[in-house]
Amino acid sequence: MIQIFTDYGPLLLQALGQTLLLTLLGLFFACILGLIFGIMSVLKNRVCNVISTIFVDVIRGVPMIVLAFYVYLGIPYLLKNGWGLTGFVPTALQAGTICLALNCGAYMAEIIRAGIQSVDKGQMEAARSLGLPYWKAMQRVVLPQAIRTMIPSIINQFIITLKDSSILSVIGFPELVNTAKNVVAITFDSFAVWTIVALMYLIVITLLSRFAKIMERRLNRGRD
Amino acid sequence: MAETNKQVKIHVANLKKNFGDLEVLKDVSIDIHEGEVVVILGPSGSGKSTFLRCLNRLEEITGGTVIVDGYDITDKKTNINKVRENVGMVFQLFNLFNNLDVMGNMMLAPTELKKATKEEARENAMRLLKRVGLADKADAFPAQLSGGQKQRVAIARALAMNPDIMLFDEPTSALDPEMVGEVLQVMQGLAKEGMTMVVVTHEIGFAREVASRVIFMEGGYIVEQGTPDEVINHPKEPRTIDFLSKVL
Repeated sequence: MIQIFTDYGPLLLQALGQTLLLTLLGLFFACILGLIFGIMSVLKNRVCNVISTIFVDVIRGVPMIVLAFYVYLGIPYLLKNGWGLTGFVPTALQAGTICLALNCGAYMAEIIRAGIQSVDKGQMEAARSLGLPYWKAMQRVVLPQAIRTMIPSIINQFIITLKDSSILSVIGFPELVNTAKNVVAITFDSFAVWTIVALMYLIVITLLSRFAKIMERRLNRGRD
Repeated sequence: MAETNKQVKIHVANLKKNFGDLEVLKDVSIDIHEGEVVVILGPSGSGKSTFLRCLNRLEEITGGTVIVDGYDITDKKTNINKVRENVGMVFQLFNLFNNLDVMGNMMLAPTELKKATKEEARENAMRLLKRVGLADKADAFPAQLSGGQKQRVAIARALAMNPDIMLFDEPTSALDPEMVGEVLQVMQGLAKEGMTMVVVTHEIGFAREVASRVIFMEGGYIVEQGTPDEVINHPKEPRTIDFLSKVL
């Protein structure tokens, strides 16, 4: 195992870097999508509510591996052969980012909806009664309180997304699992390679969990 | 009323409010003049809180006309936020912003709405906190305050916008008995200074001492109104008599 690590460690670490890059990009856009659809689901507007519900239900109802093939191969195929549009061929990184963003975004939307709804209605009413417009009240009073209750679920979702990024090995993105498969194909030492990969995930996720605990404690300080 | 020579601050005509099929306000009409302290009494479910919440459109109005400070708030084109800047509201459960300290609560609306610079807002907030006896709590968070202190901060927060009408929605109902006095005292001070106030409360003593007019509501209508002496000491309507016999 030590031999494999010295030979292929740098390559696997680089692949871990790709995994992290993909995950961070996915999470960034997932947060934006989550915020948009989460807020749309709490607005007093039927159309927004329905759009948000459809987005969440559709994404949650499709396995990410199917979503990955769909975004990477299905949609470009339709554009090229169905509508005659060429040049819309996403790279594996682009397609992977879109998949993670959509998938994680749907769950984030649910977390954000629940977080906003957990804030007492009186907070919004008090802010509005002072003359603050809806968005100002949301931004300065409701969201800051909602985020506190959301933090544990959000970090949990981040961890799930990091693990789910391994699914994108199927579209050939050189992240950790995909690279590990190639290393196994060369060395035949499945045990050593997968142990190294497992440990890499374990270390990163443990660090993330620790960080989450610290954040949570800090946010709750001075609360009561 | 003796006040008719004063400006009408709130004009309500044939106000109706339904929640789905439930008619909460059936037909309410009233004029409230500058400097009046109107206390609304009535059993729970009589529509008194709903009526109050229609005055700054926290409840969508089903029918009728409500004119506040000269603005027709039943008109969709009226900028309700502008009207609300001049109409302070105090809630039963205080509703202090839990994410902000007392000073933050006081400064948020005046600074966000460009009513004052940060320095002016801070100075004004300190002045108001002194007035409600809580100058030493400027840095405290709502969770660190007692109920009475929270409600006094809530009143000061509403006053920080320099409103000319104040609405009170059962301001002492959620307080421990020993804290009711401190809140009523602040309200009495406001009334003395000539603030136009509409107060929904169960504090008959406050109504008797401070109100310029007492209104008794039941079943979505105003049943009886007059001076505190007329309504509380010499009620005419059987429903008012019945209610008062239970609470006095």
